[in-house]
Amino acid sequence: MAQAIPKPVQLVDIELTEADIARDKREMERTWRRPKGLWGFLVETDHKVIGLRYIITAFIFFLFGGIEAALMRIQLAFPENHFLNPDRYNQVFTVHGTTMMFLFAVPIVTAMGIYFVPLMIGARDVAFPRLNAYGYFVYLIGGILLYTSFLLNTGPDAGWFSYVPLAGPSYSPGKRVDIWAQMITFTEISGLAGAIVVIGTAFKMRAPGMSLNRIPLFVWAQVVTAFMILFAMPSVMLASGLLASDRLVDTHIFNPAEGGDAILYQHMFWFFGHPEVYIIFIPALGFISPIIIAFARRKIFGYTAMVLSLVATAFIGFGLWVHHMFATPLPQLGESFFTAASMMIAIPTGVQIFCWLATLWGSKLQMRTPLLFVLGFFTIFVIGGLTGLMLASVPLDLQIHDTFFVVAHLHYVLIGGSVFPLFGAFYYWFPKWSGRMLGERLGKWNFWLMFIGFNLVFFPMHQLGLKGMPRRVYTYLPETGWGNLNLLASIGAFILAIGVLVFIVNAISALRAGEVAGDNPWAADSLEWATSSPPPDYNFLYLPTVSGRYALWSQTDKTPIVYGLSTQKRETLVTSVIAANPELRFDVPGTSIWPFMVALATAEAFIVGIFTPWAFPIGAVLAFAALAGWFFADPDHSNKKVIEQTEGHRPATQPKELRAEEA
Amino acid sequence: MRSKYSQLLSPGIAALAALTSTACSGVQSALDPAGPQAHNISRLWWLMFYVCTAVFIAVTIVLGLAINRSRKISGAEDLAPELEMPPEAETRRRNIVAAATAFTVVTLFVFLVASFFVGRGMSAELSAKQGVVVEVTGHQWWWEVRYLNDDASSIFTTANEIHIPVGTPVTLTLKASDVIHSFWVPNLHGKTDAIPGKVATMWFQADRPGTYRGQCAEYCGLQHAHMGLIVIAESREQFNSWITSQTQPAIQPSSATAARGQQIFMSGTCNMCHAISGTEAGSNIGPNLTHIASRQTIGAATMTNLGDHLSQWIADSQKIKPGNRMPPHNLSPEDLQAVIDYMQTLK
Repeated sequence: MAQAIPKPVQLVDIELTEADIARDKREMERTWRRPKGLWGFLVETDHKVIGLRYIITAFIFFLFGGIEAALMRIQLAFPENHFLNPDRYNQVFTVHGTTMMFLFAVPIVTAMGIYFVPLMIGARDVAFPRLNAYGYFVYLIGGILLYTSFLLNTGPDAGWFSYVPLAGPSYSPGKRVDIWAQMITFTEISGLAGAIVVIGTAFKMRAPGMSLNRIPLFVWAQVVTAFMILFAMPSVMLASGLLASDRLVDTHIFNPAEGGDAILYQHMFWFFGHPEVYIIFIPALGFISPIIIAFARRKIFGYTAMVLSLVATAFIGFGLWVHHMFATPLPQLGESFFTAASMMIAIPTGVQIFCWLATLWGSKLQMRTPLLFVLGFFTIFVIGGLTGLMLASVPLDLQIHDTFFVVAHLHYVLIGGSVFPLFGAFYYWFPKWSGRMLGERLGKWNFWLMFIGFNLVFFPMHQLGLKGMPRRVYTYLPETGWGNLNLLASIGAFILAIGVLVFIVNAISALRAGEVAGDNPWAADSLEWATSSPPPDYNFLYLPTVSGRYALWSQTDKTPIVYGLSTQKRETLVTSVIAANPELRFDVPGTSIWPFMVALATAEAFIVGIFTPWAFPIGAVLAFAALAGWFFADPDHSNKKVIEQTEGHRPATQPKELRAEEA
Repeated sequence: MRSKYSQLLSPGIAALAALTSTACSGVQSALDPAGPQAHNISRLWWLMFYVCTAVFIAVTIVLGLAINRSRKISGAEDLAPELEMPPEAETRRRNIVAAATAFTVVTLFVFLVASFFVGRGMSAELSAKQGVVVEVTGHQWWWEVRYLNDDASSIFTTANEIHIPVGTPVTLTLKASDVIHSFWVPNLHGKTDAIPGKVATMWFQADRPGTYRGQCAEYCGLQHAHMGLIVIAESREQFNSWITSQTQPAIQPSSATAARGQQIFMSGTCNMCHAISGTEAGSNIGPNLTHIASRQTIGAATMTNLGDHLSQWIADSQKIKPGNRMPPHNLSPEDLQAVIDYMQTLK
């Protein structure tokens, strides 16, 4: 499967003629050709296709979640409104939260990594393309499961957190909460698969010369997030799994009446739930840096501080979960520890904001739409971060916890911290996906409508919370005096929705008749802009090498390329973790139906598992059979091995001087 | 539907507003503190509010200046990226970033210390003997309130209404009978979760008379929105006389219709869930009705206990609070009136 590269690697001068390039290109196109049709959909493993599928699917879920938000805002616009009955409202807010957290935010920000990490580090594909395809199918099935049940009026109704005992068998009879619990498991499996893919790719497949200190900040953010996913997701899978077992086979783990513990569930949920916020937010920090670099036309200030801040955020992010539980009867000394940790996390975030400001200061700023969204991020996110400090304080939290103040805070952090950068990223990278530019004029409308709408919806909610309005209420009494601010928020929601619609119109019109982008419309620095837009199936005809932190900005005519990888089969280069020295040639696994089959087996276990525990042994047998197919039935692979041996290869090339530590 | 209930509740607005003449900015507001804890928390809030606002303004100004001072791009050659910064510019930036980070650390430390001391002052333990001790149990979707006393004959149970003497600390023991609820009266204190299988303790104190509305703050199912309660802070004399009247068993009906109402209550479905002390009705599934006529609200502070609200509630509470555990009662108008007459004797 992998073959060691003869050492030492030397820089070789090879004269590449036009004819050589044309031949290589022809062969690469044949080797990496993508399958077509429905079968092609099922067997596809290309990271760009899987990444875009994730992004589009997650964006559709974002629209669904937005519709649910609009329904809630209509219901809450007036006191004692009867637009939604309480049962419907409770399903809507549960599905809204679940969709936005599990089906939109995490998948879409990690999918940006699945699409761009290989392109930014100069690889042909991700490290585990089939695992990647499997992750997508599992995610899709989980999302369909949730929405099927919701449309059949059996959507979960115990909140996106599903606290026990409310979500336990006694107080949530029926199958609603089981659907929630299994959907969580689906999306977490998919998240774990994506995390492993990103870590493997970023550590072992970087272009020669891209040592750890030259990795783009986008990729750093994705790697840090992937590690957070590895540690956070198992906790919630355990929580939802034990909840499902309480409900399915009466284990009573969380049932206080039988000696179980209701607070245990909260610990397990928030040990995941708080890092989850950073899992959504850290990749967005990775979107911001490239946009600032490209539009301020200069290197980022404090690269090392930025990377260390990301890592510090990830570590501290695991020590805050109890601040979601300050109102439970916990010892005060223990709570103080979590106050300190929750406040401490403002330090790395502050460092990053200061570094970005230092980069922007005195630069040659180009006011394009992606940058506008990033500037919007600054104002919105800073407010969200500061209200976060208030929530970190135990006494103050006791007043504002579980009120609309928290609703305001979390949307300032998540929409400001993640959705605004994400829309900036859409404008920035849309040309790479589609080859066409999004319209600037509509882009400015899009930004201002979203910015104004957003603040109108969520700013008044701070005040509502302080005036005593709890979260998750389907209505309120007129004499509470909350009517006016709620009406204002509902009007804001309407404006925000129009902003999102403008984006969709912009995207459709750009796809039809947008300005053609070319390879690098922003004259940006990272490697994804070194290939065509959209990129070819094999990403790069010749893998690039890197001689600086800003790969394309330090590239010259003399910058070497990697030559000698097979054009006859899907081959890529494996490099060392720290210095990115070439180590091995590696056959990238090709298309396969087995990831889809394993996803079906997984789906059988968890969906039928809502009704009978026998689904799990059956699912295990099915998954074993499908995995056997995955690992053994690979005729493509063995065939190509023969070709490799008969043809032989020139060594991959890499100049020695690029092994130096610093640019 | 909507307008009907708005009308129905509009006398309630006036009544509650009148009751809370002292609370100008809200009967359920953390920013209108009426007791020492809420007061300390609101001071902490204002400290953090002003500091955070200053920080936000500073960041916005720096951002605005950075945009404003950015250099104009004149031509294509201007797009050349800047890979090196002059060393003095680099150093200046490094110093400013370090100073800003140091300022962040100091501010956070101030917040941490302030928060710790406010928290310590609030949770200072009270011995059970001190002040009034009330046991509050959260049910889906109402609050059971028991006034505890060493003298067993003085223990009584009421619902959704807590009377407290002004200036005296009140210890609350919080329990939950089904799912997690959270007890929250923002004018007096922050919230405390009531978790099944656990007992939580908190205390608060009202410094001025008034009616303070509270509400369940932990999502607890279908009617979480309508799980309110009121706290009435009154003078020691008023409080003592209230205690005296509440410890009395229910008055036997004197009028014929009220007696008939009592008979309907005892022979119908009512007494399967409700207790009235001094009668055979002893079930505690629903709120204790011994002194229902003395309470200001019904349906867990969902409606005022005025006009024909009680009769609408008994006839079909599902229209007012859909999903609550009280079934509709298909009583004839005369029977309904008799039950209402009986309820109104329960002062």
